[in-house]
Amino acid sequence: MKLRSLTIKKATEGLKQKKFSSVELTKACLEKIKKLNPTLNAFISVCEEEALKDARKADKAMQNGNTSPLLGIPIALKDLFLTKGIRTTAGSKVLENYVPPFDATVVKKLKDAGAVIIGKTNCDAWAHGSSGENSDFGPTKNPWNTDYVPGGSSSGSAVAVASDMCTASTGTDTGGSIRLPASFCNVVGLKPTYGRVSRYGIVAMASSLDSIGHFTKTVEDAALLLSITAGNDSMDATTPQKQVPDYPKSLNRKPRELMLGIPKEYFLTGIDPEIKELTTKALSVLRVSNYHTQEISLPHTEYANACYYIIQPAEVSSNLARYDGIRYGFRRETFGDEAKRRIMLGTYTLSSGYYDAYYKKAMKVRTLITRDFDEAFKIVDAIIAPVSPTPAWKIGEKIDDPLKMYLSDIFTVTANLAGIPGLSIPIGFTKNGLPVGIQILGPQFAEETLFEIGKAFEEATQNETWRKRKP
Amino acid sequence: MEKKKTIAMRYTPVIGLEVHVELKTRSKMFCACSADYFGREPNTHTCPVCLGLPGALPVPNKKAIDWCILIGLALNCDIPLFSKFDRKNYFYPDLSKGYQISQYDEPFCKNGHVKISNGKRINIRRVHMEEDTGKLIHEAVDDQKVSLIDFNRSGVPLVEIVTEPDFESAEEVIEYLKTVQQIVRYLEVSNADMEKGNMRLEPNISLRKIKNSDLPKYKVEVKNINSFKFVEKTINFEIERQKKIFEGGKTPVQETRGWGEAKGETISQRSKEEAHDYRYFPEPDIPPIHWTESQVSHLKSQMIELPQTKFDRLRRVYGLSDYDAEILTKEKKTAIYFEEAVRLAKAIPTKTIANWIINKRIDIQNESVGRLIKQISMSHSSSIDESKLQSAIKDVIKDNEKAVNDYKNGKTSVIMFLIGNVMRKLKTKINPSIMKIALEKALRNSNG
Amino acid sequence: MKIDIAHVAKLANLPLSPKEEKKFEKQLSDVLGYIQKLNEVDTENVEPTFQVTGLETIVRCDTTFPSLSQDEALSGSTSTYNGLFKVKAIFGNES
Repeated sequence: MKLRSLTIKKATEGLKQKKFSSVELTKACLEKIKKLNPTLNAFISVCEEEALKDARKADKAMQNGNTSPLLGIPIALKDLFLTKGIRTTAGSKVLENYVPPFDATVVKKLKDAGAVIIGKTNCDAWAHGSSGENSDFGPTKNPWNTDYVPGGSSSGSAVAVASDMCTASTGTDTGGSIRLPASFCNVVGLKPTYGRVSRYGIVAMASSLDSIGHFTKTVEDAALLLSITAGNDSMDATTPQKQVPDYPKSLNRKPRELMLGIPKEYFLTGIDPEIKELTTKALSVLRVSNYHTQEISLPHTEYANACYYIIQPAEVSSNLARYDGIRYGFRRETFGDEAKRRIMLGTYTLSSGYYDAYYKKAMKVRTLITRDFDEAFKIVDAIIAPVSPTPAWKIGEKIDDPLKMYLSDIFTVTANLAGIPGLSIPIGFTKNGLPVGIQILGPQFAEETLFEIGKAFEEATQNETWRKRKP
Repeated sequence: MEKKKTIAMRYTPVIGLEVHVELKTRSKMFCACSADYFGREPNTHTCPVCLGLPGALPVPNKKAIDWCILIGLALNCDIPLFSKFDRKNYFYPDLSKGYQISQYDEPFCKNGHVKISNGKRINIRRVHMEEDTGKLIHEAVDDQKVSLIDFNRSGVPLVEIVTEPDFESAEEVIEYLKTVQQIVRYLEVSNADMEKGNMRLEPNISLRKIKNSDLPKYKVEVKNINSFKFVEKTINFEIERQKKIFEGGKTPVQETRGWGEAKGETISQRSKEEAHDYRYFPEPDIPPIHWTESQVSHLKSQMIELPQTKFDRLRRVYGLSDYDAEILTKEKKTAIYFEEAVRLAKAIPTKTIANWIINKRIDIQNESVGRLIKQISMSHSSSIDESKLQSAIKDVIKDNEKAVNDYKNGKTSVIMFLIGNVMRKLKTKINPSIMKIALEKALRNSNG
Repeated sequence: MKIDIAHVAKLANLPLSPKEEKKFEKQLSDVLGYIQKLNEVDTENVEPTFQVTGLETIVRCDTTFPSLSQDEALSGSTSTYNGLFKVKAIFGNES
């Protein structure tokens, strides 16, 4: 049994049955990191010492009958999650030496649940990017083909799970930063409803869009992690006091008959034929599994990306204003190109005389995009769509053309604008051997439905040969 | 001389005012750090939120918002049911987040007014809520000029009160400021101490040609004024300075100036080409504020008796002069003390109590109302103690049965005869009005 | 779309080299050209969506919680003096 390739569920069972210890599990992951990280560059910081210490503590707690849901499970954190006493860089040289004096709420929750924090993963600096190339600590590579990008911005977190460097990892999704790398790396990625998971203590990118999620090996694990991270936080005024369902338990319910919407705008010109083919195949699998499909229209989809590239840089320009090198970090010259570009763009569109034409206009279009989804969810339970119009591209291919890079987000930004949840699940590989995923979108707080559909797809395809592939 | 006068006559000052009032809530505006920062060790009252650390998020303080609205109500404002916070983006080393959370186009309170003694109505454009910045200290360290920053003040709740440019003189401004100060102190929401920076003001001053009803096309904002004395000096200095510029055939430039007490003049701080562009947008970290009608009326019902109303009532109910009523209502605690004394001291005229509190400058913090009454009684019996007085009154009542009966039958003028008898018996002169009250009381209580 | 790069950089407190200014000018005008697409959308009578949660009036009680220690507060900075953050002298007479 390869410990490191276990899911949270399997690893927890094994730990409980004393088949192996958390120290063994953690060591297996650390070894894999040592072996692969020089090539893949998935981690900015590896917390070997602390992780082993926490693993030993977990083993002891286990012996004492502690049954915390993540006890002894090695989890990696995107380096945007503040960790008390552990350097947190946001992938930027500005914070190269920054050691926070507090833990993010989610980090606290994971620790309280017994998780072993194994390290901090690489990402596009400040989460600005779709490829993982914008990190000031060097690009992360795609484990399926190191000439290709792993997708961003949560590049290291996706790669770490895909290549068994940890059992699960956290990410942030402002415009697709979880779903895109999940689909490029053959892992499950969850972007929860905006506000479902606290943003407190996570470096802010665009505050009205940021969603805090994770990468796992299975849908079931995604459900388990959300049941730990979700919920109202008195430190984040945008988290509702809404009860957190027992997501793993709801997966055991009797499968429902559901209506899935296929938005025609996501299949128009520009989509790679292989993506189209694999998505169509996935849909036919879902139709066999008790689901009905129906073509729907989300008419404002074509404006979503322009809308996003106004709102997001505007909020970025304000959120990055605190990095002045006085209280912590280095001076503003230290920002990389992409951060500088977004600060400039956002400063411009918010500046006197332009606010109405750009930011306010975009917020109005956002209303229309949200209404499109509201209308759709009156007739369908969930929406199935490709995550990206293309599979992973080659490293360097889009790096000099920001606009081209921005266009890779066209299918993911809509969910952030509407604040709805999206689950990215693997559906197979291109002929070139690159993974492809689809996203399941649902109404706000309908994560249970997404897990249900995702798990049904996993079960229906569990014996397919592509499921057995390893990077 | 004649010429100078005509020039002086040609311009009317146009003055508007922004007043910042620091609230005395326990905690800061958007975090749970103690807001009691004054005189504390630097950077000991901070947390990730007010220090602007990565990932920290603001959650607004309910009490601060309630107090902002109370101030608005006391200044006769409308309270819109919908309001929100906005980010005001600018860079300054004392601004930890690179933006200040403030309110832009939908403040908590709008369209109020205050009446001043010359009958003029000063219109209040808006009253909104924001957060304070850190404090900069300019010093030389190792022969190097540096600025040092203390973030203890960062995030302390501030209420900003903005008037229309309705003032025409320093006197009007000062009267308005004193009124605002008195109101927030009555509401017990701020110490409003200018020296401590609990109350700060920024006048904007310009001059308008007397026959021209349009507002001037420029204004000069003056900062760094931390006492009433400086307000007067600043405004009068600016009026003169700007007048001279007009006399020289020019127009003053729009700019920010600071009061320099050392030289007794205002000094240019920023020129207009650096005009601010705050890039306001709605604060995405804080959901909007929405009141129901009943929440607003609940706040209205909590409104205490404000200085002007108290003044009117004291005059009406106790027959006090304007002068006495004004002094007694200057501070809420004095008025409360006075009314408590009146309630307790049935035998002492209200005027006497008022005189004592006003003229003897009673230390109302340390002198209990009971002790004050005793003191007044004793002093007005001219060192005769109450028991001697009472026994003299008793004797006189006993010895003058006829006069007492006449009194009881409605011939009240005989009281003067009885007073004279008591005086003779006591062999001292005491305040006849005190005596009269004491005697009347005794007569009421005597049977027969 | 022409942007006054130097002005925007000043507003953004972002020192740019002449080379960067030139590069960004081109890139930003490309992006601005792209986002003009929104002008095609009729948004008359459409309210802006600043918040997607539908939450309103989220406030906290006026209670205090212990602050960071002075050491913790200053821990991120390399330039401090007597418990204060130290920066180059700032001119202007701010209160």
